[in-house]
Amino acid sequence: MTWDFLEPAEDGDDRLGLAASFRRVPGGAAAYFEEAQAGVIRSLVSQIAELVSADSTAAEAAETGQDDAVEAELGLSSHAEPPEDPVLARLLPDGYRDDPGASAEFRRYTEESLRSGKVTSAQTVLASLPSAGGEVLLSEPECQQWLRALNDVRLALSVRLGITDENEDLSEHLTADDPRSAYVWVYQWLAYLQDSLIEAMA
Amino acid sequence: MTGQDAALDAPWVTVVWNDPVNLMTYVTYVFQKVFGYPKPKAEKLMLDVHHRGKAVVSSGTREAMERDAETLHGYGLWATVSHDS
Repeated sequence: MTWDFLEPAEDGDDRLGLAASFRRVPGGAAAYFEEAQAGVIRSLVSQIAELVSADSTAAEAAETGQDDAVEAELGLSSHAEPPEDPVLARLLPDGYRDDPGASAEFRRYTEESLRSGKVTSAQTVLASLPSAGGEVLLSEPECQQWLRALNDVRLALSVRLGITDENEDLSEHLTADDPRSAYVWVYQWLAYLQDSLIEAMA
Repeated sequence: MTGQDAALDAPWVTVVWNDPVNLMTYVTYVFQKVFGYPKPKAEKLMLDVHHRGKAVVSSGTREAMERDAETLHGYGLWATVSHDS
């Protein structure tokens, strides 16, 4: 786990303007987002939604056989193996350690609802955050969906950025010419944003 | 048998593993939200995960532990079910 939500105010790190953060309001939380900030969040959250729904059993059933269609209707997953994509594997982890058989069975019964839950969280963010930015007012249930969606984005970014050590200095992790280095700032900003939302809900 | 005795006798547990991404404040929030634990207990469990690499966060029947693990996966925590023998 990490405390690593640096206030993003360092030189050259202000490409998204001032850091947006949540504050408590009656019945929920509110935050103001610049257009660029809204764009970054909407883009990343959309990518998560696409990723988790792309090869779901329900999506595959539409193209392939009837067996899958029945499984999809029952909320069962045809997936028994962990996803090959490391980001998906982090978002949809095994339910057992060192027991592939039990993990496969767990996955079969839980993966579809886990995927659809993540899509719902992503859709909540997309529905409440205008692409032009502006003031965002969230009810408490919406706050909870936002927390999950922001967390999923951070988990996905951590895999892509290769973050394996919570004490590692992220700015030293990637060289400046690495195209991923722009996302280090985003990763830290989202941690700051997520933490402000937790604080606002406390 | 009290609820606590039942929990102590139960052979199945849900384990949460440390990871470098989830915020400590978020993990505490999730333990409060999912298990209804008071904040001090949720914080202690969070610190156990952080310092020891893992912590048992609930115990009970296998089915109940699988539900807990599934719920924690929904929050993005790294949880597994195991037989605590």
